Amino acid sequence: MVVDLTHYLVVSAIVFTLGVAGIILNRKNIIIILMSVELILLAVNINLVAFSASLGDLTGQVFALFILTVAAAEAAIGLAILVTYFRNRGTIAVEDINSLKG
Amino acid sequence: MAVAFFYLFSAVLIASAFAVIVSRNPVHSVLYLILAFVNGAGLFLLAGAEFLAMILVVVYVGAVAVLFLFVVMMLDVDFAELRQGFSKHLPVGAAVGAVVLGELGLVALGWQSAPGAKEAAAAPIVAGVSNTAALGQVLYTKYFLFFQASALVLLTAMIGAIVLTLHHRPGVKRQKIEEQNARTRDNVIEIKKVPSRAGV
Repeated sequence: MVVDLTHYLVVSAIVFTLGVAGIILNRKNIIIILMSVELILLAVNINLVAFSASLGDLTGQVFALFILTVAAAEAAIGLAILVTYFRNRGTIAVEDINSLKG
Repeated sequence: MAVAFFYLFSAVLIASAFAVIVSRNPVHSVLYLILAFVNGAGLFLLAGAEFLAMILVVVYVGAVAVLFLFVVMMLDVDFAELRQGFSKHLPVGAAVGAVVLGELGLVALGWQSAPGAKEAAAAPIVAGVSNTAALGQVLYTKYFLFFQASALVLLTAMIGAIVLTLHHRPGVKRQKIEEQNARTRDNVIEIKKVPSRAGV
């Protein structure tokens, strides 16, 4: 690893923050919210890989692989729910999704 | 040289992540997301995780981002209407972002590893073995149960996505193989003796 670990941590912290801010800023658009979640998971993966390289331990990369798996599953299921919801209701605005009256 | 690439990848990653959350058109957001993933893969390469970098390009750019693009283009949504609350949420979003960034910055700049952390490595990186081979040697032995569990997660996701999106429209003629196979000569052919000049 040629770059100091702290640099990686700062980059991933910034990307994580952008993901969290994106969820709040785009409260109405659930597609952008899903993309922000993907950004957050990418930041987490950068963190794990950086620590793995810094400590000389492969476990971090194994866990990053599992996170990738779960993120792919989450995106597939989320978009499938989105498509089904749009087909049934004709809208995907987040504030209209309140049929459960929770 | 590698340091320059690190700063290049990081700068483009952060800029495109920013563009994902502020761009007006969701299609542009997806394209910026792809750019962010590619640069994240570059960072992985610099950290020595070649296999994960390739997986990131294949799985995220090739599958997840294209899935996003597909859904964004397929749904006929008025995205201008969905953007309306943006300026209203801007102060809250900026405040929460600042708090999260401050806390993460404190952690990122102020942490120190425990004294025995390097020696306690569960799967030390062996010199002379490629990253892919080393990952395989760990993944298929030590983490085999986790590997199978993640396979189950993917299977569940696949079945769930199919069940959610598959729907039968009424009035659409479909092939019914069992009915076709059950047809015999006796129940589909009827021989009629038609008398001459009498019609059917």
